[in-house]
Amino acid sequence: MKLDLLTSLYVFMLAAFIGFEVIRRVSPLLHTPLMSLTNALDAIAVVGAIILAGEYHAHGAMMARILGTIAIVAATSNIVGGFLITDRMLKMFKASGPKKP
Amino acid sequence: MTNLPGVETVIEITYLIATALFILSLKWLSSPTTARRGVFAGELGMLLAIAGTLLHHGIVEYKWIVIALVLGTIIGVPLGEVAMTAVPQRTALSHAFGALCVTLVGTAHFYLGAPNLPRFTMGVLALEVILGSLTFTGSLMAAGKLQEILPQRPITYKGQNIVNLGLLGIAVVVAGILVAHQEKTQLFPLIVGIPLLFGVMMIIPIGGADMPTVISLLNSYAGLSAAAMGFVLDSKLLIIAGALDGASGLILSVNMSKAMNRSFSNVLFGAFGQEQTAVAGHKDARPVRSATPEEAAAILSAANKVVIVPGYGMAVAQAQHKVRELYDALTKRGVDVKFGIHPVAGRMPGHMNVLLAEADIPYDKLLDMEDVNGDFPQTDVALVIGANDVTNPAARTDASSPIFGMPILDVDKARTVMVIKRSMGAGFAGIENPLYYLDKTLMLFGDAKSFVGSIVRELGGGHE
Repeated sequence: MKLDLLTSLYVFMLAAFIGFEVIRRVSPLLHTPLMSLTNALDAIAVVGAIILAGEYHAHGAMMARILGTIAIVAATSNIVGGFLITDRMLKMFKASGPKKP
Repeated sequence: MTNLPGVETVIEITYLIATALFILSLKWLSSPTTARRGVFAGELGMLLAIAGTLLHHGIVEYKWIVIALVLGTIIGVPLGEVAMTAVPQRTALSHAFGALCVTLVGTAHFYLGAPNLPRFTMGVLALEVILGSLTFTGSLMAAGKLQEILPQRPITYKGQNIVNLGLLGIAVVVAGILVAHQEKTQLFPLIVGIPLLFGVMMIIPIGGADMPTVISLLNSYAGLSAAAMGFVLDSKLLIIAGALDGASGLILSVNMSKAMNRSFSNVLFGAFGQEQTAVAGHKDARPVRSATPEEAAAILSAANKVVIVPGYGMAVAQAQHKVRELYDALTKRGVDVKFGIHPVAGRMPGHMNVLLAEADIPYDKLLDMEDVNGDFPQTDVALVIGANDVTNPAARTDASSPIFGMPILDVDKARTVMVIKRSMGAGFAGIENPLYYLDKTLMLFGDAKSFVGSIVRELGGGHE
């Protein structure tokens, strides 16, 4: 697992640019759902926590398992809660005009 | 387990697809018509990424992972079902959880890897842990203030910024020492502990009206700490998700600080909430004109064009459903009703929009400040409900006012202004609002919910 630093920096930079461009277009109308959605996506950190909790460690295994497990709980609650509430909020946004039941 | 290059490739491909889905998810969020598709894309990406990770052949122990995933779901469901008025504190709490996850993983990586971590990795790990822990306590404090568990009044003292920046400075220096001398593992608790303290200190001087900026900033920190974790783990997926979240938080913080007329550096260094000007002392009792619900109803029904300006006071009074009834009653009479929403109205970006959408007000009637300001000169009645500083014309005209230069909703350009307010007390910033003394302004004294209810009854609508 060799860290390819420069590639990672490129990835970060490009993602930041994409982020700015995509998110600049989100209307202020939806800024609250935007925040809860990015919060859920950010909880992808769960991937790191899963590997930490599940991997074999020659030493410090107990610590890794405990911290990893708590981290998974925290991240999963963000994933579930974040997606749920974002969808609930977005469901409420209705256009005027012909009323749909 | 044997070498399985096939599985590793599959995992990498699920990550690649997940990344694409995350970007699409945010792209689709740009419009209310495609936004729900965006949520679905995000969910799918997340599911793929987690499933891919579970295939990882390095994982030898599944029991705790499964227990943790189930437990997280059990905690997450109620967090997804809070009332819309509680969304700001829920958001702050979820920033805290995200930061907790990142901090714990970073801490474990340090103790597993030190003193053999590459120097760059150690540097990013320090950044990850510092940002993570300050976001954790900062967000908990913010959530506590929003939930009104903690006192909402900003607490300030002399030299506060120096103390705070000093704390952060010490943490950075310690981090620098650790990068140079990783074997000094006993220093590591300091780069967790000091930022934990800093997070608390950072939020102490924050008052309610600053919350939109603070929440956005914490959002950005949470994202950046996750991106840093991506560098440590060499995970492109995490770097990208963290960068997207960081960018989003940053854009929102810049928006919010602009809307509050604060420089971004002012916000970055946590120097907000300081301007508790002593103007609050009560001045000469200038005359104001007040009106009863009957009079207000008569004026409103005679109008062609009405703009309603809601503020946090509307949410506090839980008046949004009554406001919807008013909207219905006026629309039925052929009055054109729109809503003018200031970016910092409420306790987080977009808060008012969510509350009004929940009350079934169509989103095309909810206008941003820029869109609605041009309309005020042609507006017959501007009805202000529970908003104060964001309508204060002193921000345009009075260079001595603490909010001078702040972009406001130009309600004073409407033909008639009505303000629903409990009393003549000053707003959050303790600033006198000259709007209330204009000849065209009618003060409607009372609780927002019951006052709007009375207007609706006068108009012959409502379901009481």
